[in-house]
Amino acid sequence: MATAAAHGHGSDKNYLNESSGLWSWLTTLDHKRIGIMYFISVLIFFLLGGIMALLLRIELMYPGQTIMSADTYNQVMTYHGSIMVFMVIIPGIPAILGNFFLPLHIGAKDVAFPRLNLLSWYCLMAGALLAFTTLITHKVDTGWTFYTPYSIKTGTSVTTMVVAAFIMGVSSILTGLNFIATVHKLRAPGMTMYRIPLFVWAIYSTAILQVLATPVLGITLLLLSVERAFGVGIFDPALGGDPVLFQHFFWFYSHPAVYIMILPAMGVISELITTFSRKVIFGYTAIAYSSLGIAGVSFFVWGHHMFVSGQSTIAGIVFSFLTMLVGVPTAIKMFNWIATMYKGSIQMQSPMLFAMGFMFLFGIGGVTGIMLAVIPINVHFHDTYFVVAHFHYVMVGGTLMAIMGGFYYWFPKMFGKMYNEMTARLSFVFIFIGFNVTFFPQFILGAMGMPRRYFDYIPAYYSLNAISTVGSWLIAIGFLIALYTIINGLTKGEKAPMNPWGSKTLEWTTSSPPPHSNFDVEPVITAGPYEYR
Amino acid sequence: MSTDSHSVKGHEHHFAHHFRSAEHEYETTKEGIWLFMVTEILMFGGLFIGYSIFHNIYPEMFAEGASYLDWKMGFLNTLVLIFSSLTMALGIFFLQKNEQKKAVMSLAITILCGAIFMVVKYFEYTHKFHLGIFPGRLLDVAKVGVHHANLGMYFGFYYCMTGLHGIHVLLGMGLISWVLFRTLRGDFNSNYYTAVEGVGIFWHIIDLIWIFLFPLLYLVG
Amino acid sequence: MMWFNLAQAQSFMPTEGTKIATQVDNLYGFLLVASLISFLILMGGMTFFVFKYKRRTNKDKTGYITHNTFLEFLWSFIPLVIFLGVFAWGWLIYHEMRSMPKDALEVHVFGKQWAWEFEYKSGVKAGNLLVVPVNKDVKLIMTSKDVIHSFYIPSFRIKQDVIPGRYTALWFNADKLGEYHVFCAEFCGTQHSGMLATLKVVPQAEYEAWLEDESQVGSLPLAKRGEKLFAVKACASCHSVADAATKVGPTLWKKFGTKESIEGMVDVDVDENYLRESILNPNAKIVKGFPKGVMPAFQGQLNETELNALIEYVKTLK
Ligand code: HEA
Ligand code: HEA
Ligand code: HEC
Ligand code: CUA
Ligand SMILES: [Cu+2]
Repeated sequence: MATAAAHGHGSDKNYLNESSGLWSWLTTLDHKRIGIMYFISVLIFFLLGGIMALLLRIELMYPGQTIMSADTYNQVMTYHGSIMVFMVIIPGIPAILGNFFLPLHIGAKDVAFPRLNLLSWYCLMAGALLAFTTLITHKVDTGWTFYTPYSIKTGTSVTTMVVAAFIMGVSSILTGLNFIATVHKLRAPGMTMYRIPLFVWAIYSTAILQVLATPVLGITLLLLSVERAFGVGIFDPALGGDPVLFQHFFWFYSHPAVYIMILPAMGVISELITTFSRKVIFGYTAIAYSSLGIAGVSFFVWGHHMFVSGQSTIAGIVFSFLTMLVGVPTAIKMFNWIATMYKGSIQMQSPMLFAMGFMFLFGIGGVTGIMLAVIPINVHFHDTYFVVAHFHYVMVGGTLMAIMGGFYYWFPKMFGKMYNEMTARLSFVFIFIGFNVTFFPQFILGAMGMPRRYFDYIPAYYSLNAISTVGSWLIAIGFLIALYTIINGLTKGEKAPMNPWGSKTLEWTTSSPPPHSNFDVEPVITAGPYEYR
Repeated sequence: MSTDSHSVKGHEHHFAHHFRSAEHEYETTKEGIWLFMVTEILMFGGLFIGYSIFHNIYPEMFAEGASYLDWKMGFLNTLVLIFSSLTMALGIFFLQKNEQKKAVMSLAITILCGAIFMVVKYFEYTHKFHLGIFPGRLLDVAKVGVHHANLGMYFGFYYCMTGLHGIHVLLGMGLISWVLFRTLRGDFNSNYYTAVEGVGIFWHIIDLIWIFLFPLLYLVG
Repeated sequence: MMWFNLAQAQSFMPTEGTKIATQVDNLYGFLLVASLISFLILMGGMTFFVFKYKRRTNKDKTGYITHNTFLEFLWSFIPLVIFLGVFAWGWLIYHEMRSMPKDALEVHVFGKQWAWEFEYKSGVKAGNLLVVPVNKDVKLIMTSKDVIHSFYIPSFRIKQDVIPGRYTALWFNADKLGEYHVFCAEFCGTQHSGMLATLKVVPQAEYEAWLEDESQVGSLPLAKRGEKLFAVKACASCHSVADAATKVGPTLWKKFGTKESIEGMVDVDVDENYLRESILNPNAKIVKGFPKGVMPAFQGQLNETELNALIEYVKTLK
């Protein structure tokens, strides 16, 4: 697609070895290095959150107390949810893959504000460190949703935790702001909005959500800490306040936040499907605009988390209706991806396996989301394991699969090395099977009525819980294999060629790993991103 | 830091290496600043929504709360801020005409206005503390002799909104001092004044937020 | 007695205890089938393409198909119709769920950390036990004494948050006799998962007999009354009485007449006065190894007779 061709010139300088030492990393302004730093920190957070998940599952293996007390369980559950949401999945794709590939995709040398980019990494780190200090003070036991009045009354370190979430929110805002400006202003000559890859459209729509929704979370969390410190009464019924108002504020952010989690994943999937089918994407404009559509409508559906909270019947019905509407653009994307495979030349490399895993699991997560959006069904399923299964199917089965697929796909470009394809496939098999074994039984548990955030349960729920626990070990094995694949690839991998997959997007026209300023000659774009002819 | 900072190609202003021209950098920076302003407005927006919800439920309580505020002080502060917005704009105007001296004067006056604003706020706050008017459960109900038991909520809003705004004013003063210093150093001229303009936008938005805060808090009664 | 139909959520969905439950299940069944079909079409297509269009050589030519307006219209429109259909269907059921019946049997429900308290019009109170007649509209008027809880009867497919400072309501008309689980479905702290209650649906006559029995509590021996109160006030959710197991609070089994070690004080004798103080003002003396401020103070919530009854009951725990 790009006419600019001169690159490499056999020079060995790239962004990785262009300067060295820890200090050169901690002060780097290179979007690629910042992406790598995000990768390392998010990976650590993910392992922490994952180990907590394993502990949760072991506790739930048998009814009654297994390995920890009820209080400990509630804390572990809270940390698992908060770590995974605020430190793993929200920064996940935008900050790692987006940072690294957004500028490459649009032919820019960097993001618009490199210093801000670095600052937002430091914000994430500061927030995360602050959050982890609560582990040695009084812990937190509210669940990741911090519902009032419980979060006001509990004696745990909620204030520190929400301030930490606020700081991480600032990080997310800065990233989003940076990306919007980058997409608007830094596209290479000829790179019109209809020639940017769909990954960029996805990151762009996400960035809009980050900028518009996160400030509301910020102020909500600040109000919560003020409430705890001064007993202002905004959320406290004893003082004339309204505890449910907190839920409105919280979900006004956190529903758009779930699309902050999934839109970038959809972008990754669009790249993977076209590359591994060697075919032009079906319905470029439909996919691009459905991202924006999802982003827009997502601001008006928050009430579907609150159908049984005592909000008015009318409000419930309107929210249910709008939620249904959000399902349509998502369905459009699913159909478009599959239509893209029609008459393609499909190669089942590990990234493609993850892409298909995504469609399978996200499909299930999505249709169960639609079920949850139908009010009378939601009344039964709300706050049961059905919801837990739904959101793991979309977040783990959706976003995490996309992260894995995208990471394997871009690994050669990021590090200039190839990984072992066999172990990568093996990791997929374990994660995919383990995932279904873990979370499918949870749909049934939810249908049977088992509420979530339960440390203990009635004996009737025993067998399915036991299966689920065993499944979580399979996932863990899968991720261990993935970890091995990455480390092995980094240390022993063969040198990667410039374009191992035969892809058509811009990042593959520069050397692997790319030089410090991405392209030796500024590319000039004359065609769309998926010109496989 | 690393090699990133500037590409030296004989321009008057050295723009960062990933931009095509100084103009390009200017446009991009300005967009970034506006986006940031959007987030500021949304953040205060959350407070405004909370305010209006509870104002609807407890209009008398809010009226009682407002009666403890001195609208004259608030009005004085409004004038001060509006004036400071003008001087801020003048500062940029003078820079565009390469009149650095006048620009420095305008910026200094802007900072001074910010300081006046904060001093007035200081007196307002200490006066209230003196009377026992604190937010939430700290409100000294007996000493103040309140009519509405949950008046602490009104003052919760009052201190939150004005406090958050005050922090922004302080931040703004810091930023203006920074551009003032850089103006003195001769960093800015008619070709390059992006930072001043950015700080200016920030200052105008703070001003704007105050223009909404003032009637809501002081005049609702 | 015929407690057939014990609601042991063992099947795919728990027993349908009301007509609404059946309606919800029908809608859910429809959605399951519709989703399964759409899902199979998508996944079937995907799997088929993977095999049919497998890469054979590295020079494969692929079709250059950028879009197809008709197809795209179809797969936007058909899901939309399905979604709107289930939305409307859901609306109808929800409308019925939320329309409160007129002449219902009204029961007040209090949620508190971590127990349910039920209060009948006649003044009868029950802890973690709700007894209702079959085939009768029952309306629950609910509020919470501390944080948000959620009253959930899986077999009836109904759930409603219970919020401090306001009333929320729920109604049902049970058409099957039996015992059903009641769960707390909103996270409310340590014993959230222990905040269970039993719902008994009994014939009208039995219901009346039960109500009569309960209102006779005043003439029972003190210790028996204490036992009832111990259940109603949900002491049992934090204290075990039949063994040495530690729940949220210390066991009260074989406690009377022993010595208790107190945080920052010398050991005290567990006598009537100590028990009295421990119930009315638990924070005065904190048992070693237990948190302060967890046990609610019952000062003002128990009259002298009730207090005596509780103490007598604790004395009988041997
Ligand atoms: C990645 C994050 C993510 C994503 C993408 C989604 C997507 C959706 N979610 Fe989910 N959701 C969460 C994360 C996410 N959710 C989380 C974290 C919670 C719980 C929070 C908490 O309480 O802790 C939650 C909770 C949640 C609830 C509240 C449950 C409750 O607590 O009572 C509801 C209710 O409406 C809901 C609905 C939906 C819908 C309709 C979609 C739609 O966008 C899905 C659209 C997708 C499809 C429809 C699938 C693809 C299409 C087809 C296969 C075509 C054919 C389909 C049909 C004909 C049906 N979600
Ligand atoms: C992105 C988000 C995300 C991810 C990836 C996961 C991943 C997992 N989650 Fe999580 N989960 C949430 C988000 C997420 N979860 C949220 C938001 C909640 C709600 C919290 C709340 O209610 O407030 C929740 C709640 C939740 C519950 C319900 C708790 C309750 O309601 O009581 C359960 C129970 O099974 C669970 C299980 C799991 C499991 C088994 C995984 C597995 O997929 C985890 C797999 C990962 C690993 C196993 C790590 C692998 C690595 C190793 C093993 C290597 C070891 C390394 C070293 C020793 C260095 N999760
Ligand atoms: C929310 C949990 C909770 C509830 C409900 C509760 N308690 Fe307690 N109780 C505790 C805890 C925790 C302690 C230990 C700390 C202390 O001494 O205050 C305790 C201590 C006690 C003690 C002192 C025991 C000893 O070992 O010395 C007595 C007696 C007691 N409770 C009786 C009752 C009675 C009677 C009720 C009901 C009317 C009740 N409690 C309800 C949590 C609870
Ligand atoms: Cu009460 Cu959960
Ligand atoms: Cu949602």
